[in-house]
Amino acid sequence: MNDALDVAVRLVVVFVVFLVLPLVVGQTEHKVMAHMQGRLGPMYAGGFHGWAQLVADGVKFAQKEDVVPAAADRRIFQLAPAVALLPYLLVLVAVPIGPSEGAVGQVVDAGIFFVLAVMGVGVLGSLMAGWASANKFSLLGGLRTAAQLLAYELPMLLAAASVAMAAGTVSLPGILNAFHWWWLPWQIVGALVFFVAGLAELQRPPFDMPVADSEIIFGAYTEYTGLRFALFLLAEYAGIVVLCGLTTVLFLGGWHGPWGADGLGWVWTLLKTAVLAFVVIWLRVSYPRLREDQLQKLAWTTLIPLALAQIALTGIVKVAIS
Amino acid sequence: MSATLAQAALTAPQGFLSPSGVEIAFLLVGIATLGAAVMTVTTRQLVHAALWLVVALGGLAVEYLLLTAEFIAWVQVLIYVGSIVVLLLFGLMLTKAPIGRSPDADSGNRWVALTVAVAAAGTLVWVVVDAFRTSWIDLDGPAQGSTKVSGEILFRHWVLPFEALSVLLLAALVGAIVLSRKSAPDDTPGEASAAAAPGGRSAAAPGEPSAAAPPETESR
Repeated sequence: MNDALDVAVRLVVVFVVFLVLPLVVGQTEHKVMAHMQGRLGPMYAGGFHGWAQLVADGVKFAQKEDVVPAAADRRIFQLAPAVALLPYLLVLVAVPIGPSEGAVGQVVDAGIFFVLAVMGVGVLGSLMAGWASANKFSLLGGLRTAAQLLAYELPMLLAAASVAMAAGTVSLPGILNAFHWWWLPWQIVGALVFFVAGLAELQRPPFDMPVADSEIIFGAYTEYTGLRFALFLLAEYAGIVVLCGLTTVLFLGGWHGPWGADGLGWVWTLLKTAVLAFVVIWLRVSYPRLREDQLQKLAWTTLIPLALAQIALTGIVKVAIS
Repeated sequence: MSATLAQAALTAPQGFLSPSGVEIAFLLVGIATLGAAVMTVTTRQLVHAALWLVVALGGLAVEYLLLTAEFIAWVQVLIYVGSIVVLLLFGLMLTKAPIGRSPDADSGNRWVALTVAVAAAGTLVWVVVDAFRTSWIDLDGPAQGSTKVSGEILFRHWVLPFEALSVLLLAALVGAIVLSRKSAPDDTPGEASAAAAPGGRSAAAPGEPSAAAPPETESR
């Protein structure tokens, strides 16, 4: 009975985090973008600096009519937002935020494989949406999504493999236990590759070709309204949280930091994740969108060679110190 | 899949009248997987076939999990659901696959295909039944199929076949690139891309997703 209670509490905590953190990132994006562009952003909803703007947005989305186009493939069209969102919830279960046993939803033996595999499934949601909408812009968005995923999945895996080699384990808590501060310069190239490839997988600017609003309206999500559209947006922000959390855990040492092992570990994890999320927003404001061929060229001619070089470096150092 | 089902049926004798929860779950997931696989080959809607394939492959991953092969299960999801099916959907989006039924989504070879499928399934079931007739696998110690055990087995006992396979995949990768580039420099652009696209895809099919992706991008 105690075990069941323990599992239930963990799942509830993960679920609450899953609902809260993406909204925090979304609100931060509103405000940070606004200030970088010399304006104020939302100021009225909720009173203090418009903190309740996203809650108001959520209420608005829930009230809208849920339209399914007449020519669409109904069931797949309606299923797509769930397929896009749920994988990120599953990934969050495996991300450790502190050094103790209780600081992770569920320890997964092959943690890296689990998180990367499940994150890849989320893209199926965009593909289903793009195809089932019966709209040429949606179809183009779906095609671009698939091409982008095929290009960026490989460097992401290679960069993660480099960390797994360094730590000698593929379990996420195991990697954190093996972390030393000098891993940061040692794995910095892998970290950059992982982060950039992750941004591309999330279709965040400057890699937002699949939803390029000035060319194909909103890509695969063009036909969506109301709550289902909100779920796609939520999936994007949940993706930011997951990507930043994973980069923190794999490359930045997660809970390591002053007093990290004495109970303040979760603060460090959240702090590093928040800084990375800020960088994600910063990149959106400061970089123009890459063209499709530039996207592919960056992945195949820059990121993959860099990731392979990082793996070679990791192997050499690993052999040298053992 | 039918092979694993048969194995489940075989291990039943010890717990036949009082099957454990894992055995029941294994059988139920197996039935669901089989159903999804049958839907994959019988549905007339092309994209639905690809999505049923996702269900079937995911069901297989769950079966691996229930057999304590966690590492294999996640690799199954990563490679097959995350990459192969995305490649399939990408290919389907390039075709004129309609929403709704494709009238020509059928093959005149259906009986031959059925015969081959039944024969293959029968052979697999027979081999597995004959190999593991009454043997029980000891699950004490590190589980077979966990990352550590898989890695040790792969790189100690099976390192030569492993290397041979990787060379084979590398050859497929190089071959795919060569095929997709062959007519690019001299012909007109239209012909070149028309020749490159199907060549790239068919050559990529036996390889892994990483092998399959470059020709796709270069043909555009």
